[in-house]
Amino acid sequence: MKRRSVLAGLGALWVAGCNKVADSNAGSKLLSAAERWHKGAHRLLTDRDALAPEYPRSAVSPFFRGNGSTDPRNDDYPRHVEEGFANWRLEVRGLVENPLSLSLDNLRRLPQRTQVTRHDCVEGWSAIGEWTGPQLSLLLDAARLKPEARFIVFRCADDHKGTRYYESVDLIDAYHPQTIVAHLLNGEPLPVRNGAPLRMRVERQLGYKHAKYVTAIEAVASLDEIGGGQGGYWEDRSGYQWYAGI
Amino acid sequence: MKRHSLSTRLWHWLNLLCVVVLFMSGLTISNAHRRLYWGDWGFDASHAWLLVPRFPDWMTIPGHYSLAVARDWHILMAWPFALGLLFMWIAMLANGHFRRDVATSAAEWHPIAVARDIAEHLKLKFDHADGKYNFLQKLAYGAVLGVFLPMMVFTGISISPGMEPTFGWLVELLGGHQSARSLHFIFAFALFAFFIVHGLLVVLSGPIRQVRDMITGGSIDEA
Repeated sequence: MKRRSVLAGLGALWVAGCNKVADSNAGSKLLSAAERWHKGAHRLLTDRDALAPEYPRSAVSPFFRGNGSTDPRNDDYPRHVEEGFANWRLEVRGLVENPLSLSLDNLRRLPQRTQVTRHDCVEGWSAIGEWTGPQLSLLLDAARLKPEARFIVFRCADDHKGTRYYESVDLIDAYHPQTIVAHLLNGEPLPVRNGAPLRMRVERQLGYKHAKYVTAIEAVASLDEIGGGQGGYWEDRSGYQWYAGI
Repeated sequence: MKRHSLSTRLWHWLNLLCVVVLFMSGLTISNAHRRLYWGDWGFDASHAWLLVPRFPDWMTIPGHYSLAVARDWHILMAWPFALGLLFMWIAMLANGHFRRDVATSAAEWHPIAVARDIAEHLKLKFDHADGKYNFLQKLAYGAVLGVFLPMMVFTGISISPGMEPTFGWLVELLGGHQSARSLHFIFAFALFAFFIVHGLLVVLSGPIRQVRDMITGGSIDEA
């Protein structure tokens, strides 16, 4: 017991030291620089269009777990569920020449991409699912991005713990061939748990980037003025890395 | 001649710092999802091969549950850890440390020689005339430098989704994403076991001299 408390004391001292470093100006700069080094290394080693692994249909997991919001109750969302999402609109807006407002039918009539991919949650679990939807690049090209657009923000319908969910990616991931606006999971309309009626798939990054319940796709020049300025719900709330490829 | 070369000493302490931070922040990451799986996927208890105990706050970085902060530390220290290991291998091959002190000869693998070495170790007799390290030490250092530490880097790369388009072959070699995650955990604890035994043996074999020599280099005739 005594040895244990000595260990615990040493541990506490060491951890306090680490926290002091992390809280210091230089320390926090170093910690966020490391995220950029990883992103740089990934981008250096990986072609911008290189694909995340795709699996045969037989590899699909028996169940696709949902995390974060799994049954939003705020605003109009419950009404949309009742209506079978017949009046759901997806806007493409922001720094675009030609803003769009699309129904689910509009999206279903576009060329579709179907991909069986693995979803990795930041917590550590994984599930494999088959996703279908139009590529985001198709929508961005139809809306014609203005040259100053640098990020694509995904606006969502769900309040999670009182704050609206959102996420963002840069143009490399936005134009990646596997980045799709999915409306089918394993050939069926998305369950509410997994983001009905529309969720993003950003296959080279962790699960929190794959925004659910998407209502708008917004092109912006900077993330500073969006939400808490860190580029996403979990980035603002808990300090998760904006680049979620690590 | 110095007992430990400058490159060995620099790397030893840098690596200790990295491994301690990586291990303690890794315990927080483990707490985020305390199940391990084999294969590509896994999310619930029915597929898990191990339910990992929750590690108490005093063992983890930071000292409370924050996956984001733990990942920050893990992501930062991965760099000096991996680049340091690369540096150590280059230095060790260039200065002959590997060939001279770590590589084993066929004779050392002879069962009688191995048995004698184990017996000497159990009697806590650490004097050995030929070469700096005896067989068991060479084996332990070889396994740590050649397998455990590199496997931490390789399994770490494999569980990065952004690396997978390039390193998909590595993920497949390791048996899938969740297998790579399980192996990351297993090798981390293999390193922890080494850390404990290594520390214990330092304490039993004259800790002041051992630690001093790993700082100043010491001299070989003293050994």
